[in-house]
Formats: sequence, structure tokens, C-alpha cells
Amino acid sequence: MSTTTTRKAASSAPAPAPKGRPRRRFSASPTANFWLFTGPFLIGLVIFVFVPIGWSIWLSFFEARFTVTPSEFVGFENYKSILTDVDFRNSLVTFTVFAAFIVPLTWAVSLGLALLVNRITIMRAFFRSAFFLPTAVSYVAASLIWKMSLFNGVRFGLANTVIGWFGVDNIAWLASPDPPWYWLVIVTVRLWLQSGFYMILFIAALQNIPKELYEAAAIDGAKPGWQTFRHITLPQLRATSTAVILLLLIAAYQAFDEFFNLLSKATWGQPPLVELYKMALGENQNYGVGSAGAVVLTLLICVVTLIQGKIMGFGRGEESK
Amino acid sequence: MKDRKRGSVLGNTGLYLATSVAALLFLIPFYLIVRNALMTDKEITGENWKWFPTSIQWGNVSELFDDPTVDFARSLWNSTVVAVLSTTGILLVCSLAGYGLARIPYKHANKVFYVVLATLMVPTAVTFVPSFVLVSSLGWVDSYRGLIVPGLFSGFTCFLFRQYFLGFPKELEEAARVDGLGYWGAYWRVVVPNSLNFFAAMATITFINGWNSFLWPLVIGQDPSSWTVQVALSSYMTNQTVNYHLIFMATAVSILPLVFVFLFLQRWLVQGIAQTGIKG
Repeated sequence: MSTTTTRKAASSAPAPAPKGRPRRRFSASPTANFWLFTGPFLIGLVIFVFVPIGWSIWLSFFEARFTVTPSEFVGFENYKSILTDVDFRNSLVTFTVFAAFIVPLTWAVSLGLALLVNRITIMRAFFRSAFFLPTAVSYVAASLIWKMSLFNGVRFGLANTVIGWFGVDNIAWLASPDPPWYWLVIVTVRLWLQSGFYMILFIAALQNIPKELYEAAAIDGAKPGWQTFRHITLPQLRATSTAVILLLLIAAYQAFDEFFNLLSKATWGQPPLVELYKMALGENQNYGVGSAGAVVLTLLICVVTLIQGKIMGFGRGEESK
Repeated sequence: MKDRKRGSVLGNTGLYLATSVAALLFLIPFYLIVRNALMTDKEITGENWKWFPTSIQWGNVSELFDDPTVDFARSLWNSTVVAVLSTTGILLVCSLAGYGLARIPYKHANKVFYVVLATLMVPTAVTFVPSFVLVSSLGWVDSYRGLIVPGLFSGFTCFLFRQYFLGFPKELEEAARVDGLGYWGAYWRVVVPNSLNFFAAMATITFINGWNSFLWPLVIGQDPSSWTVQVALSSYMTNQTVNYHLIFMATAVSILPLVFVFLFLQRWLVQGIAQTGIKG
């Protein structure tokens, strides 16, 4: 509607706002404008997202070592070799274990922090900042702190110092897969880094719960505390919880930084992305098998996301406006 | 009401105690960075744990920047350039596209939107292999272009902008249109100036991501002169000789800019996360 007005204005009536005049040609038609606004993004999207994905799929069917313009078509050979690769399969197990710990833990910790900060009245900004500040720290920096100072295998690491006070011997946290102490290190880094972020989401959601619900519950005789939490707070947070869990899962799938840095010399505890990195950019530069791995991983992530979406009802009643 | 009051003294003590303990745990790593950065190696690795350095080693700062093995100043500069340019570029490209998708009537707009949505399903981290192949065939390895350009086309940021613009009051734009502005003029003169809060929030988030990203700079930065701060930090971990005080001074310096960003822009950051995140 407004387009016709402008078009008419352009052809006949004198311009009401002279400042708008040089830009008038952009308002020619919605279609032209649509492409003007979205064009640059879409071109970039095609070149830097779709082309690499396509290239990856294409490469995954070729024998491609040290080259990205291969000639030998091998069919599903690369897929066969990636799926029978012990390291790759172990990396999927590593991811599963990792997700089984980090997703529920982060959910619980960030929700717990949100409940604490939400109830607090004194120094609220300080406490919120204390929990939120780790979001500013990179995985690399956090890994350095964890590996070099907090969970250092020798006596001067903080963890070993503290357990030393109780007469416990030093633990080499990252040095061996058995006992798997490295999980404690890996999981706590991420917990520390990401809880504050999700806490903010929960605080926002908590503040959106209508107060009347709690008042009504109090009249009905529900005790404040566990009862109201279980029957009001938790169900009201359902949408946020679902989104948080989905985001956490996707983030866990993409785990790379802390594993790469904390377990750089280890053969154990390598998640899929680290395996892919080694395969494609390591000594062998096997782009064919690496690409097949990337395709497999992408499909897996899509499937998991969709299943989770189905189970948790993601997007239900939350259709994009 | 009465019940709550009676229990509140005890309850409050517990509440503040729990929160304080949790806050302390969350702040310990920051304390460790500062402590180690200002100590000598001998003190850090000493047998007796020291909570504070006996004398603060300010000399560690100059030692870090004079260190011949890693050009830390250069990596700081690289990170600054990359984070600033990526943030500017992403905001420009993605906000325009988000606006187009949300507000310009075009019969195939929905189809285009689905194309963007589809990319959200494919994690960018998985495509690093083919992206590297593409970028290296363009000859962009070890360059700012290679570090910045491929990251500009974020489906997720575009999606967030679209969601935001869907909620932007239509009346404001219509008033601008009546005054004779086209879409382009209305966008720059009315929509953007009235969305600065959201832009600030997105800028903060994007800047943090840019500064902290590791995998892509690691892949692209083959030559040490193109290392970002994160890649430089990581190189300390694989080095043979471990200079604890230098490593932690470097960590402190790498975190400092973001801590400032955080403290100054926290309002927008929190608001932005709260606004955008829930709708996932």
C-alpha cells in the first residue's frame, strides 16, 4: 500500500520531504528493495556456507588426500572408512558421555543460580555479575587456568593443594584416562563458562511468571519452597528449559576448544570435531574422509535436534510471529 | 505472609550463604589469573601455597611484550582488527537481511527465509573443513579477509534480527513513509535510530564471540604473524618450556578488554540475551 503512495509521489506530486529525494529510486518496488536488503547476505551465505557444504558432500565421494580437486570417485568408501574408524566412533561415545554430564548439570546450575539471584535483594547486581562474568572468558583462557593452575597434576595446583590439606595425595587430573579424572576438568570448565549465560535466560523467564499464580497457590495451601517450585515455577519455565537444553546440546556437539587445549597430547577423550580436525588438517590431510565425517556429524546433529524437538515439543505454541 | 516472615531470617541467611559460596567459587579462577600473573614462577610452583604474591611483579607486563618467542602485541592487534571488523560487518549485513525478511513484502520472502533457517541446522563448526578448503583456494589463508569474511554471514544473527524487526512498531515506519522516505531511507533514519539498544546488545555479543573464537583462527592462522590472541594463548600450552607467570599475564591481558566490555555494556548484554535467547 505504502509503496504505491511513494511511487505516485515520485512521478507526480512534489516531494514532501526533500531529504528523502536522492533515495527515492530505492523505493521503486518491494521486490527490488527486498533483494537490496537481503542480497549481500544471501550472496555471502551461498558462497561461504552453501558452497562449502556442497563441496564437502562432493569431496566425501572422492579419494582426496592433500588435494581438494580430486579425480578418483570412490562412492561410499570414505563413509565406510569413517564409520569403521575406531577413533571416530570413540569420539561419538566421548560426545555422548560429555553431553550426558554437561547438559543436565548446566541446566540445573544455571536454574539454581537464577533462583538464588532472583530471590536476593541486597547486592543483586554484584552476584549476578559474579556468575555472569565467566561468559567473557574464552575457552582457551579458561583451559589455561584449569590446566596450569586449578587442576595441575602437581602439588602447586589449587585442587591438589586443597585435597593435600586433607591428606589426600596429588591427583594427575589430565594425565591418564583411568581413572577418568579428566572428565571433572572438562565438565567444570564448561560449566563455569556457560552457566552465567543460561542463568540470564532463566532470570528473564522467572520474571515473566505472573505473581498471581503464586498468590493463588498460597491460597490453595501450597507451601512456598519445593511445592510451589515443582507445581508452578518448573512448568512455567518449560519453554525456556526446552530452548536451553536444545542450545546446550548443540553447543556440546560443537565442543572443540577446551578438549583441544586440555587434552592436546592425549589419545583419549577426543570429541568428533577434534577428530575431524586431525583427519583433515593433520598430517594426512585426508579431505575425503574428513568431509564424510563432517556429513555424518551434520546428519547426526540434525537427527538429534529433531528428536529432541519432538520429545520436548520445541516450538509448540511458540510459532515465530 | 506471616509464615514467610517468620522463616525469613533463617531462610535469608541460608540464601545469602549459598549465593556467596557459589559466587566465591565462580570468582576463584579470576583470582588465580591475577595471582599467577603477578607472581614469580618460583612462587607459583612453590611448595607452600601462597594466596598473595610477596611482592607484586609488575615487570611481568613488560616481559610479556618483550618475549621474542611469541609476538603477543601483534596477536592482540590482530584480534582487535578481527573483532571490530567482524562485529561491524555482521551487524550491517545481518541486520539489513533480517529487516528485508521481516518487513519487505515480497511473495517469495518465506522461501528465502527457509533457506536461511536451513543453515541454522548445519553447525558452522562442522563446515570448517570445506570452508578452509574454499578460503585457501581463494588464497585467503593468513589474511584478515580469511579471518573475517567467511564469518559475516551468520544465519543465526540474521534470524535474531528478523525476530526483533517483526516486533518493531509498524507505525513509526509508516509515518516515515508518509514523509516520503523509501524503505532504505526509513530503515536508516527511523528503524536503526530507534533500535540502538538491540544493536548494542548484538554488537556486544558479536564482539565477544569474535574476540574469543578459536577454531577458525587456528585453522586460518598458519603463520604466527596472523595469530589471534586465542591462538597465541593456545600455543603457550603446547610449548616445551612453561613460563607460568608469562602465560598468566598473557591470559590476564587477553581477558581484560572483555571484562571492561562486560562491566560497561552489561545492561545491553543482559537485555539482549533475555530478549533474543528465549525465542531460540
